[in-house]
Amino acid sequence: MSGDTRLGTITAAEEPWSLDRAATRRERVAAQLQRGGAGLVLIVTVIVASIVFGSRFASVDNFLNILEASSFLGLVALGMTFIIIGGGIDLSVGSLLALSAVLTAYGSQYGSAAAILLPLGVCGAIGLANGILIGRARMQPFIVTLAALLFARGLAFAVSDEGNIIFRIASGEPVLALGQAAVIGIRIPILIAGLAFLVGWVVLERARYGGGVAAIGGSEDAARLMGLPIARMKVVMYAVSGLLAGLAGVLVAARSSSGQSTIGVGLELQAIAAVVIGGTLLSGGLGSIPGTLAGVLLLNVINNVINQVGTLSSYTQQVVSGVFLIIVVLVQRSLARRQRL
Amino acid sequence: MAWTTRNGVYVALIVLIAFNLVATRGFATVDNARLQLVQVVPVAIIALGMAVVIGTRGIDLSVGSVMAISSALLALYLGYGAVVAIAVALVGGLLVGLVNGVLIARFGIQPIVATLALLVGGRGLALVIANGRLTEIFDPTLGIIGSARVGGVPLVVLVAVAIAVVVAVLITRTTFGRYVVAIGGNPEASALAGVPVRRVILGAYVLCAVLAAVAGIIQTARLSAADPSFVGNLIELSAITAVVVGGTPLSGGRVRILGTLAGALLMQLIGATLISHNLPDSATRMVQALIILAAVFVQRDRALS
Repeated sequence: MSGDTRLGTITAAEEPWSLDRAATRRERVAAQLQRGGAGLVLIVTVIVASIVFGSRFASVDNFLNILEASSFLGLVALGMTFIIIGGGIDLSVGSLLALSAVLTAYGSQYGSAAAILLPLGVCGAIGLANGILIGRARMQPFIVTLAALLFARGLAFAVSDEGNIIFRIASGEPVLALGQAAVIGIRIPILIAGLAFLVGWVVLERARYGGGVAAIGGSEDAARLMGLPIARMKVVMYAVSGLLAGLAGVLVAARSSSGQSTIGVGLELQAIAAVVIGGTLLSGGLGSIPGTLAGVLLLNVINNVINQVGTLSSYTQQVVSGVFLIIVVLVQRSLARRQRL
Repeated sequence: MAWTTRNGVYVALIVLIAFNLVATRGFATVDNARLQLVQVVPVAIIALGMAVVIGTRGIDLSVGSVMAISSALLALYLGYGAVVAIAVALVGGLLVGLVNGVLIARFGIQPIVATLALLVGGRGLALVIANGRLTEIFDPTLGIIGSARVGGVPLVVLVAVAIAVVVAVLITRTTFGRYVVAIGGNPEASALAGVPVRRVILGAYVLCAVLAAVAGIIQTARLSAADPSFVGNLIELSAITAVVVGGTPLSGGRVRILGTLAGALLMQLIGATLISHNLPDSATRMVQALIILAAVFVQRDRALS
């Protein structure tokens, strides 16, 4: 208990009886539940859906579809996890994904190298600008990335003649393999997202940078006193988030052989939802990469299940996902509270 | 507070108007003034509620969906007469505000997540209510609300001004207003000082949602149609922008009513200016983004740097 300064040691000091062994064990279980809550709900949902819908849901093909659909949101949510743990937020990712997809398809006329480097370069640069304005100029992340949301969407429209042109990637371009090829039956986006999550997990849990991000989110003043290069770390955070959104856009364009300027609206909110469902606190300082992965998968499993039911209109789906988000957050909240008792 | 922080938005507004008077044909006409004012009304009304919520260190992403719900309810209950329908639409907004407020004040859920859930779920609910369809509305009372003028000034503009006055009095002259600013400045200290934090936060979200419902009713009356899949889309971002550009910090503890109105008008005029100079939509967005950044940059809290 005393090691976990972020979750209320004050109460423990005020209430010494909470330190007896039974309570400590209960606390530990609750802590695990909060951290692994999304994973638990995910497993239960998958089991229930498998029983109810049988092979319509529980087939290798369908699971691969869910994983593929998750890979795009996953890459975006991964960058978002670091930013939220660091006490910030990035609203620009949905627009960046669209911009990247447009630039991928636009760049493909100059070859596959351009189709990858152009979007990554532009999205990375916008992410970098976000980071500099937030880290160095100390502007508020919400408003800076909101401006980037507008800017990137505007740029995507400007490139595509106000959205009137949908660039296509010519068949045979090597870049298409990024979205369409498969290794032992698993499509490339799944592999890329999986690898990214592995790297992200190691960085957050094992690298100095990850610990620093959590320190900044926990208390920026304390992190400054510790001598952490806060500005530089924030710049890296937002630049990486821009790059990951760019990468997701490249994969989306390669998957659909085209770049549309209208995709990805509201994706930033989905990513934030996935991160929060995964047990990362929006106030910063605490979070987990596996949790985000579970959150992303959970959102996509729910979507998939709702589609299987078929009788639900798309409007009802929205209501269900809104209610679902509230329930998950309430459950997490009550677990976190129980921990303090 | 630095001079630029207090007055930046007014200076920008004056510069922009001066530019238009010189460079834009047909800007200095009564018709254009009316048009710009009428168009800014929904964002301005919502931004007023948003400013109060932001004053408590909160945020409300659900306002666009509340507009959609009130619009859908209005169309559904119009058969019972316009007054009943408007009342039901307002109650709909009130209920969403209550849910937001209870989730945030009672259960301690972070405002951005709670209102995000209502953004997603609320839009779905509006579409369920309206069966996903656009409903055309032919109702004399709503027609009057949408298009009547008093002494040459559109009625909806007068409504917005009246709301602004009420909110300004609420913030500067009542205990509720003092509490809002106190909570935004320091929630823990306010709680220790005996401020009824939960009730005040609940009140702020209810106020914001009811104002969003009013904006939904006005928009529906003006368009003579309830289109729940479209009305209020992304208006939360415009409203937040107006509030922040108007000098209310997102970190709470300060509410600027006049600045918020000026912020809303500024963003409206920027859009109109760029469009009247034949800039495409894409360029308009990019320029708006840069102006938001510039406005917030000059208003930066110097104490931090």
